[in-house]
Amino acid sequence: MNHPQKKKQNKMRLTLPLEEYMHSGHLACQGCGATLAMRYVLKALGQRTALCIPACCWSVIDGPFPYSSLDVPIFHCAFETAAISAAGLKAGLEMVGDHETQVVAWAGDGGTFDIGIQALSGVAERNDDIIYVCYDNEAYMNTGIQRSSATPFGAWTTTTPVKHYKNRPKKDIDAILAAHRIPYVATANISYPEDLYRKVLKAKNIKGTRFIHIYAPCPSGWKTRPEDTIKLGKLAVQTCIFPLFEVEEGSTWKINIKPREKKPVEEYLMRQGRFRHLTAEAIALIQEEVDRRWARLLKYEETSPL
Amino acid sequence: MRKVLMGNHALSYGAMLSRVQVVAAYPITPQTQVVELLSEMCAEKILDAQFIKVESEHSAMAACLGASLAGARTFTATSAQGLALMHELLHWASGGRLPVVLGNINRAMAPGWSIWTDQNDSLSQRDTGWMQFYCGSNQEVLDSVIQAFKVAEKLHIPAMIILDAFSLSHTYEIVDVPDQEKVDKFLPPFQPKFRLTPDEPHAFGGLTSPEHYFELRYKLQKDMEKAPALIEETGQEFEELFGRKLGLVDPYKCDDAEIILVTSGTTGYTARVAVDHFREKGLKVGNLRIRVLRPFPFEKVQSILSHAKKVAVIDRNISYGHHGIFYQEVKSALYGNSSVPVFGYITGLGGRDITLNTFQKIIEETQRNETPPERISWIGVKK
Repeated sequence: MNHPQKKKQNKMRLTLPLEEYMHSGHLACQGCGATLAMRYVLKALGQRTALCIPACCWSVIDGPFPYSSLDVPIFHCAFETAAISAAGLKAGLEMVGDHETQVVAWAGDGGTFDIGIQALSGVAERNDDIIYVCYDNEAYMNTGIQRSSATPFGAWTTTTPVKHYKNRPKKDIDAILAAHRIPYVATANISYPEDLYRKVLKAKNIKGTRFIHIYAPCPSGWKTRPEDTIKLGKLAVQTCIFPLFEVEEGSTWKINIKPREKKPVEEYLMRQGRFRHLTAEAIALIQEEVDRRWARLLKYEETSPL
Repeated sequence: MRKVLMGNHALSYGAMLSRVQVVAAYPITPQTQVVELLSEMCAEKILDAQFIKVESEHSAMAACLGASLAGARTFTATSAQGLALMHELLHWASGGRLPVVLGNINRAMAPGWSIWTDQNDSLSQRDTGWMQFYCGSNQEVLDSVIQAFKVAEKLHIPAMIILDAFSLSHTYEIVDVPDQEKVDKFLPPFQPKFRLTPDEPHAFGGLTSPEHYFELRYKLQKDMEKAPALIEETGQEFEELFGRKLGLVDPYKCDDAEIILVTSGTTGYTARVAVDHFREKGLKVGNLRIRVLRPFPFEKVQSILSHAKKVAVIDRNISYGHHGIFYQEVKSALYGNSSVPVFGYITGLGGRDITLNTFQKIIEETQRNETPPERISWIGVKK
């Protein structure tokens, strides 16, 4: 006799650990990318992790005092201090005999690209031994969708209204961090959890400053459907708007996913309320810029080590 | 061991003897020697500490907070603009109940750029929930650091050790540098009630609703109210071991004084010279040096000043639109307790010298008038 049930079980293969360090009861919006980012990162880092979270969505998502939805300790730190709070915490832990705990600065794009960039640059220049994760939802979402320097060209926010939509490109934070020659810079995406997991695991085994930039859709701020979050993450990579790559020691660039056929940016943009006002000309400009950046990235990889 | 030390190095030795574990600092004149010596001590392994050479004072304090939360003893030093840049995080330290000790060299605030002393930098931080110790000598600087750690760690309240730019920071004096062994006996390792560790995962400083926030601040004030007695007690314990006494205030010939000069910082020692000078002429003058501004030593100030016929408060600072800050503090402490007239003098802003001559004018004006002739009396200003 056949045993069809047993056969079925054998087909099931897990690509991520079952352990959960994040629990229900958190305060995120439906379809929040930042929440998935935390869940996957903690799966890779495990319980001996400490987080420094500045003002950002996650300072609310975790839950109000005295609650927390995470199994790891958190230092809620000042807005512009994620990186250095983490470096200070790491130094303190080492001085009291804990050399094992991974200290992670966990900040949004505003806390990273804008107000936190000074302290982050200081930490990176000294190569302090922390992991810095930026979950990027491309605007100040916690305060109600104001533009940041991570907001892409063309996007609507409450401070870049449709008539004056953002007319400057997104700041190239990855290149800025790579220019500090830190051991590891990587982009990741919640729609590619295995790639994300692998990168965090890799970062975990490196000493020094490690920077992981995670693409994290925000249905509330992007005016998208919560059920589209994963789809958007896929499209961001397939259109080359948010490529997945790694940079080691600031010199070796490696692209992780190269779409066989680049999808047109329009497909990505038109799913989002924040881009719906864009004219064909504006979309063409965005396409051009995305193509240029992709070509440059290919060149970086080709000519590595730079 | 007796050494000839500048005020800044007295701070470094105080930190070293306190066995600080994490130092994070950024250079600013006139603080630089504090951290230069500490970084040398770390490099030479005389001091087992991590020195984080940050890119700003804001980050210096942030690093101290992270390290303190992990349970490490932390120290930093700054001055003027640097302290102002730290302002946000000074609240974070006291609100987070992290007993960091900070050395601040009193320097006038820009603009115009000034590197010389006055107290507006530290007094602008009066309400941040830090204890403030104003020092009068290099020995006091060293001793204050060690005692401040002891008090701060018991109460979980941060402390600021304050010294005048140049007139103390760069002035060399003979300082007794006590034996490490003896200091260890006085100051045990930092053992916080709570610290951040994955072994006991807590979230520190998260969103606090109106249901809880009020009580946290109430508790901070209640613990601050315990500080005056603890500072006195710690001072006595220190005296038993080291033979030197430090308290909330430092009175000089106040018992029979008719005029008491109220001062802070190095001005107190100039005032003593004036006190002796005028006593020789038969005028009963005394000096009350306020060493601790926060917590305010209400009882000491009330009991000492209410015996006098007149009180003259000398401020090297100003709260624009009001008066000198020590003047406000002293008046508010005396209100309802004593009707002694309080004269307010502002002098020495931006490092203009305060000399015997300055006190001569202050004493003469106080003597001449029954009550203060003007709300603010400016001494030595070119009007």
